[in-house]
Amino acid sequence: MDLAFTREEEAFRAEARSWLRAHVPTVPLPSLETEEGFAAHRAWEAELAEDRWSVVNWPAAYGGRDAGLTGWLLFEEEYHAAGAPGRVGQNGISLLAPTLFDHGTEEQRARVLPPMASGRTVWAQAWSEPEAGSDLASLRSKALRTDGGWLLSGQKTWSSRAAFADRAFGLFRTDPDMEKPHQGLTYLMFDLRAPGVTVRPIARLDGKPAFAELFLDEVFVPDEDVIGEPGQGWRIAMSTAGNERGLMLRSPGRYLAAADRLLDLWRTQGSPAFTRDRVADALIGARAYQLFTHAAASRFLDGETIGPESSLNKVFWSEYDIALTETALDLLGEEGESADTDWAERYVFALAGPLYAGTNEIQRDIVAERLLGLPKGRR
Amino acid sequence: MRFLLDPEQRAFTGSLDALLTAADTPTVIRDWARGDHTGGRALWSRLADAGVFALAVPEPYDGLGLRPVELTLAFIELGRHAVPGPLVETVAAATLLAGLDDPGPAKRLLPALASGESVATLTTGGYALDADMADIRLSARPALPAHPALSARPALSARPAFEDEAPSGPTGVQGAAPPGTAEATQLHLAPPPDTPPHPSLDPARRLFPTHHSPRGELLTTAPPLTTPLLLARLTTAAQALGVGLTLLDRTVAYVKQRTQFGAPIGSFQAVKHQLADAKIALEFARPLLLGAALTLTESDVAAAKLTACTAAYRTARTALQLHGAIGYTAEYDLSLWLTKARALRTAWGTPDACRSTVLSGGDPRW
Repeated sequence: MDLAFTREEEAFRAEARSWLRAHVPTVPLPSLETEEGFAAHRAWEAELAEDRWSVVNWPAAYGGRDAGLTGWLLFEEEYHAAGAPGRVGQNGISLLAPTLFDHGTEEQRARVLPPMASGRTVWAQAWSEPEAGSDLASLRSKALRTDGGWLLSGQKTWSSRAAFADRAFGLFRTDPDMEKPHQGLTYLMFDLRAPGVTVRPIARLDGKPAFAELFLDEVFVPDEDVIGEPGQGWRIAMSTAGNERGLMLRSPGRYLAAADRLLDLWRTQGSPAFTRDRVADALIGARAYQLFTHAAASRFLDGETIGPESSLNKVFWSEYDIALTETALDLLGEEGESADTDWAERYVFALAGPLYAGTNEIQRDIVAERLLGLPKGRR
Repeated sequence: MRFLLDPEQRAFTGSLDALLTAADTPTVIRDWARGDHTGGRALWSRLADAGVFALAVPEPYDGLGLRPVELTLAFIELGRHAVPGPLVETVAAATLLAGLDDPGPAKRLLPALASGESVATLTTGGYALDADMADIRLSARPALPAHPALSARPALSARPAFEDEAPSGPTGVQGAAPPGTAEATQLHLAPPPDTPPHPSLDPARRLFPTHHSPRGELLTTAPPLTTPLLLARLTTAAQALGVGLTLLDRTVAYVKQRTQFGAPIGSFQAVKHQLADAKIALEFARPLLLGAALTLTESDVAAAKLTACTAAYRTARTALQLHGAIGYTAEYDLSLWLTKARALRTAWGTPDACRSTVLSGGDPRW
């Protein structure tokens, strides 16, 4: 049992650090959730990809460095410590790509992954519907068979990044006659600019169009954009959800860096007693999250799968993130009300954490039923 | 990086669990609380045979050399079974004796600690845990009445007011020594207590008030306390995690069989979510503990102590709530774990002391 990194891993870390030092913008980019900021973040993705830093754990064939999970953890520590921009490609990279690696065809990987890695194609997710939130399997958007593909009709909502993204992925009902709601669903990718798609941006709490509603009216999707077998979408999506909730949606590096910044802020403000415990707890929580992730990564690298334990992870980081950013705003005093600080942006972003990727209520149900073995009951 | 237990470590944990499950610890704990140490001594000896105390004793003195990871694993099991006695103090005392410049005390005392023939306690403050039954009573306290600021603290109201007794600061089983006092500290082999134990919220933790002036055989005027106090913190944290794990297990079992409104109460979401939160808190404490055992840095150990004790205490509150009134009785065995979760929170490093350590950590902190 050890926490040591190999010489190669440390060399990789040093290389990442030195690249980031030379390339991270000195002036923060405009908010990712605005048209101008989205474009600036897309350009940053291209700059990362140019030197193969956008997807370090992917195979080199698709633009990665074969750095593995450990390399990814080290890169993320350096990335966030360097104060580098948010990742506009995150939805594709952490949700769709793992699904393609597990369930896609070689043709799909070769076609979809390189432009995802460079930011040329930015992906949005299309899971929720007006009547299907936590009970996702009750979704009603449908895909009807047509010559050479499918015609999508229905409505998706709370689609993160969709206001400015290029393509989306989600579940559609291809067989309405199945016995159970999670049967007869198919996992599809589609173009947000295709005929029949209407994107209506939704302003989040601070007014920025961070997500959108999608209205789909007989949108054609070719067969080549179906992932896995038609009708197997639920199983495939749940493996994505496992990834999403699992190791790679939120890296420890993100919170280690945020906690250090909070400590700096606290000290700058004269180390006030009223936030002392919360600042200490933020530092400790970041370390706990790092070591928890290292333990999970070690199990994963040892051949174990990350199953319902990923729900522990999701509840932890989402609540941690809110506590940390709330503390920062409290420390800012009067300035804490100001909407154009980096802390305000982080705070508003953090508020969504317990809601997306499976609400924390659903995660707690999973922990209780699948890890503790408690009986199923009415939600 | 391979942050995983190896098969030997898993086997060690499993064998301790089996040993302790067979030992019927609730009976041992209740006897111990009444001052009957027979069962506890017998269990102590079986734990020593399993190698638990040898993990803190150097090889020349019949030990296995200091093994913080294995000690942490052992103390999680000791906590899971709520084993009574000065377990933490014995480990800290062994490390302290091993670190003295003069090898005399180590030669004389350590082999019996490793073999379980002797039990040690250690105090740095106002109480010595289980000093009546300990064979080796180490006192690492200031030679003179404590710092004026500390002496000004009012005496704990329920403490017996002995002639030569004064409050001696937030140390001993209540917490680790404040920084910067090591020079002024003397290490004594203290005589047996001549007063009855002070009642503790955890009846199995028998607290003996220390005397105003340290007495007994003076071992050194500069005891090397850093590692012993770190280990005391680490093993207390491990014990707390174990206590929390059992509180969770017992409560999960209870809510599965307790029926109200025609359904097991464990099927209600309000119940499930409290237990899920306890599970999350405990699962995030575990890697901090093992990480602290590997690095043994002040920051990591303090982080582990605070997190494990907070998780265990939170689980205790949930366990009490979900058991309802039966959990509030002394007769029901749950109480043995509930009270320990509270006591360990302030032992060998209060939440406040742990947060201070983390905030004052250098760069890199971790």
